[in-house]
Amino acid sequence: MKAPVSWIREYVDLPADLTTEALTDRLTALGLKLEALEAAGAGIEGPLVVGRVLTKQPEPQKNGKVINWCTVDVGDANGTGQPQGIVCGAHNFEPGDKVVVILPGGVLPGDFRISERKTYGHLSAGMICSARELGIGEDHDGIIVLPPDAPEPGTDARGVLGFGEEVIEFEINPDRAYALSLRGVAREAALGFDAPFRDPAVRRVPEPDGRAWEVQVADPVGCPVFAARLVSGFDASAPTPDWMATRLEQAGMRSISLAVDVTNYVMLELGQPIHGYDADKVQGALRVRRAEPGEKLTTLDDVVRELSEEDLVIVDDSGPIGLAGVMGGASTEMSETTTRVLVEAAHWDATSMFRTGRRHKLTSEAGKRNERGVDPLLPGVAADRVVELLVELGGASAEPGFTLVGEAPGPATITMPSDLPARISGIAIEDATTIAHLEAIGCRVAVEGDTLTAQVPAWRPDLTDPYDLVEEVVRIVGYDRVPSVLPRRATGRGLTREQRLRRRVGRTLAGAGLVEVVSFPFVGDDAWDALGLPADDPRRNAVRLANPLSAEAPSYTTTVLPGLLEAAGRNLGRGAAGVALFETQTVARPAEGAAPIYGVDRRPTDAELEVLLGAIPVQWSELGVVLAGEQERAGWWGPAADAGWQDALAVVDRLAAELGVEIAVASASVMPWHPGRCARVSAGNTTLGFAGELHPNVCRAYGLPARSSAVAIDLDTLIALAPTVVRGPEFSTYPVAKEDVALVVDDTVTAAAVAAALREGAGPLLESVRLFDVYAGEQIGAGKKSLAFALRFRAPDRTLAEGESGAARDAAVARAAELLGAVQR
Amino acid sequence: MSGPNTDYDPVEVSTLQPEEVQGAVDAALAAIAAAGDLDELKQVRLAHAGDRSPLALANREIGALPPQARKEAGQRIGQARGAVARALAERQAVLEAEHEARMLVEETVDVTLPVDRRPAGARHPLTTGAELIADIFVAMGWEVAEGPVIEAEWLNFDALNLGPDHPARTMQDTFWTEPAEDHVVLRTHTSPVQARTMLSRGVSEDAPIYVVCPGRVFRTDEYDATHSPMFHQVEGLAVDEGITMAHLKGTLDHFATQMFGEGITTRFRPSYFPFTEPSAEVDLVCFVCRGVDSDSCRTCRGEGWIEWGGCGIVNPRVLRACGIDSERYSGFAFGMGIDRTLMFRHGLEDLRTLFEGDVRFTTAFGSEL
Repeated sequence: MKAPVSWIREYVDLPADLTTEALTDRLTALGLKLEALEAAGAGIEGPLVVGRVLTKQPEPQKNGKVINWCTVDVGDANGTGQPQGIVCGAHNFEPGDKVVVILPGGVLPGDFRISERKTYGHLSAGMICSARELGIGEDHDGIIVLPPDAPEPGTDARGVLGFGEEVIEFEINPDRAYALSLRGVAREAALGFDAPFRDPAVRRVPEPDGRAWEVQVADPVGCPVFAARLVSGFDASAPTPDWMATRLEQAGMRSISLAVDVTNYVMLELGQPIHGYDADKVQGALRVRRAEPGEKLTTLDDVVRELSEEDLVIVDDSGPIGLAGVMGGASTEMSETTTRVLVEAAHWDATSMFRTGRRHKLTSEAGKRNERGVDPLLPGVAADRVVELLVELGGASAEPGFTLVGEAPGPATITMPSDLPARISGIAIEDATTIAHLEAIGCRVAVEGDTLTAQVPAWRPDLTDPYDLVEEVVRIVGYDRVPSVLPRRATGRGLTREQRLRRRVGRTLAGAGLVEVVSFPFVGDDAWDALGLPADDPRRNAVRLANPLSAEAPSYTTTVLPGLLEAAGRNLGRGAAGVALFETQTVARPAEGAAPIYGVDRRPTDAELEVLLGAIPVQWSELGVVLAGEQERAGWWGPAADAGWQDALAVVDRLAAELGVEIAVASASVMPWHPGRCARVSAGNTTLGFAGELHPNVCRAYGLPARSSAVAIDLDTLIALAPTVVRGPEFSTYPVAKEDVALVVDDTVTAAAVAAALREGAGPLLESVRLFDVYAGEQIGAGKKSLAFALRFRAPDRTLAEGESGAARDAAVARAAELLGAVQR
Repeated sequence: MSGPNTDYDPVEVSTLQPEEVQGAVDAALAAIAAAGDLDELKQVRLAHAGDRSPLALANREIGALPPQARKEAGQRIGQARGAVARALAERQAVLEAEHEARMLVEETVDVTLPVDRRPAGARHPLTTGAELIADIFVAMGWEVAEGPVIEAEWLNFDALNLGPDHPARTMQDTFWTEPAEDHVVLRTHTSPVQARTMLSRGVSEDAPIYVVCPGRVFRTDEYDATHSPMFHQVEGLAVDEGITMAHLKGTLDHFATQMFGEGITTRFRPSYFPFTEPSAEVDLVCFVCRGVDSDSCRTCRGEGWIEWGGCGIVNPRVLRACGIDSERYSGFAFGMGIDRTLMFRHGLEDLRTLFEGDVRFTTAFGSEL
């Protein structure tokens, strides 16, 4: 909402010396936030004067253009009193017209410096200005022609143009629809400075008699009040006076024609949207109803609109002639031949206005006000004001008669404890202050005992609840008076175990050299293809968005990997030799059924909540890791080391160790991993996820080097498996006995199986078994490998006797031989 | 070697003469002093204190002396060998010390060689920033509440007094899952977590609600330098007996001071949110210029204040829908963008750097957050 300061001052007697800054500060504190302060003519410097065109000589040019070589009387503003020679490209003026001239030495907005220059064979000394060049409008069709009664040539033109006038742009919150008018802004200013307010809506209007035009309202819920007036003998060629055109432009609207300008002006003044019809084009009575199936309407913007049965429309005998409250129709539009104007001002159901605006993607100044809620007492007043201006400025005669259908709903009444504003704000507010402030915003207040009853003014449909009144009182008292007091009753139990462990996981991974990334969860089917997921892979069954930002990524992801692999590719694309990333992403799986919409007058029952929560997609945190390219740099210590499957498993091991979860790995074949280099990671019978080298196709799809590796783990489950209380370990301090064994087994036998067999056979003296070498080669034979293990033996209560550890080792080897055919080398 | 000296012959035992012994000692001491390193000293030890050294050989001749002369000669030789042994030990210690000192010098390395074999890791500032915020509130006795990002429409809107015709509920602002008739959305704020907390815990005199909810939210904003379809919020909710706007102000002032430093407080401006009434915008004293000579301040653009978030007293309609006795209890709520907070706290020019995953961005934050 843009409001010229002079217009605000028309309705409120603000102190003469009040600065605009003080005004906007106070209004911002009251809730009308200063968005911008504009001053017309900003950026113009130097001599900008009124000139009178003396001669105008058209000169066709070789490029087909015609320029005008003019002499212009600028009084003695040029220091000589002689006519100024100026080349002008516009044609909308004649000798004798008064124009706006900027002389050499002047500056126009955009730091456009004016000087004498040779052009089109003349020495042009200055410029005749258009509105756009002056930064006061978009009109570039021609130069500004001032009215004949403009001041004498040589006079500074700034006064004529209304420069120096400050225009305040406010950010209006959706609940303060009344402030979308000068009436509302001025009322707030009066409130802020305790200044006298003259309500422009207070005017004597005729008694309604139904004779202005026949109006039938079939939907009084959608249209509680409809006012109509008629004028005749209107001179459509009468110009809009400059003061009105200037104010409209200052308020951000364009001057179109007198009749349209008057309706817009009154809307800005009072906040009531108004529509004017060419009465001669309206056929029969005006009727208000919902649109019928299949009905169409061409609106003023020349768009043919298919109407919905929810749209409120104005119809005459020809059918729909207006989208009620949002935009008029083309068939009854006022034109340069209009002599009779039918004026409509109506109160509309805000919700219906909002829905129609959204449905037709129509935002208009009228719609903006109607969908937020307008004062229902205004229609008759606003129509009368329009008639007054059409008579005064357009030479029209007011036809007798005033049609007013319906009645404004009665004012809302709110009851609350008198001390509620004090109790909620924490400021000591006397009851008398509460009453005074509520009265200042227009309430009628009655107090009985500890209870206060306020009758809300018609222009404040937003006030419905006691807490709404609290806000009104507190904003006038001042939000800056709210004291700063810490509440003292919080008795929280700290972070939950899950929250603490999630932090732990992040720190562990960062400590292991991984960098965390945050990616969008939006994916398309091409992501599943890039990961090589089979057609029936459950991960392809994703939650789909009804309105994705991009058609390429219409789903919510089922795995952390796509965003993570893209981030890895991006780093490598930007020149990184290698990258180690991790991410925790919420992933989801679709749920069955719809989530109900319950009422809000009570808490849903537990059973209702269960239905609601059951309809939400299943969501959990998936931890992803990608290791691509160089993991250890080359240096004076040796060559670089690239990522491989074992790095991915090492990350998993480290994480499991950090959380104290016993995990097992087994070979698996799952995309997007290499079928021979993928491990299923599990704890007990629960699969936690997968780790290993990525499939070569996947590396190619994401622009990653061969052997890039990745992990995807269900983090919620992993954390849930972490032990809550760990028993302190017991360990022996007696000497250790070490035994190494090398066992030859078939290639297909896993290291884990051999280690398990050794552990089983070695008996209770075994402290640890660790594989330290793998060898395959001619000495061993094809299809075989040699695994070397270091075994450590120790007794809890004594030093082992000679031969004890050797016997245990032999037993371990025997078990491996028995179970796996292992042969000691 | 001489045989047993049955027939005393002074010539045969001349090596035991005092002059001879002294000569051997002198020669030994000279050789010891001349030994330049431990290897030379080893040779000297063999020559002058070994089994074949003059003093050792002389020692063997003692038996050739007449009994009455043996004691004196024995003493003489013993003293001489002792002197040599002491000199050897002393020289050994000196040479060992010299050797060690030389080794330490020789083992000198260039400690400026790079040791960056494994690059460092880092957590994302959005993660650590959210933790910092959570910790500030946990220290005040608050708890951290969380909820799903894909949420029921009722919890995201209706329960929070955003009615069916609220502008935010259109497809132009909110991501809906398919089919839209299922009434499931990507949450547009973390406020449904507040609703969930009230619905699941209720409130009682002994168990008031003080929760802070950091989390990820979504809106259908086109992705550019200042907008993202995904961003992060932190919201707070307190529901207790006697909660006032003063408690809200106190909490946010404390939060601001902890997050931005001493003297950084907040101011309220009237605003509108469906879930709070009264509602306020929260501004923060610009932590760069502190409101002094703000005109040239790039962080607050001359305002002296930075817009931080929204807040207010929980609308009793919200309490009612979440099963809380709005006559007995009141509450306050606030919310701000974590991404936006990081942007002005760290002078980030482009929001997208948070979501690109470039390791150079993430590792730069170190442990500051």
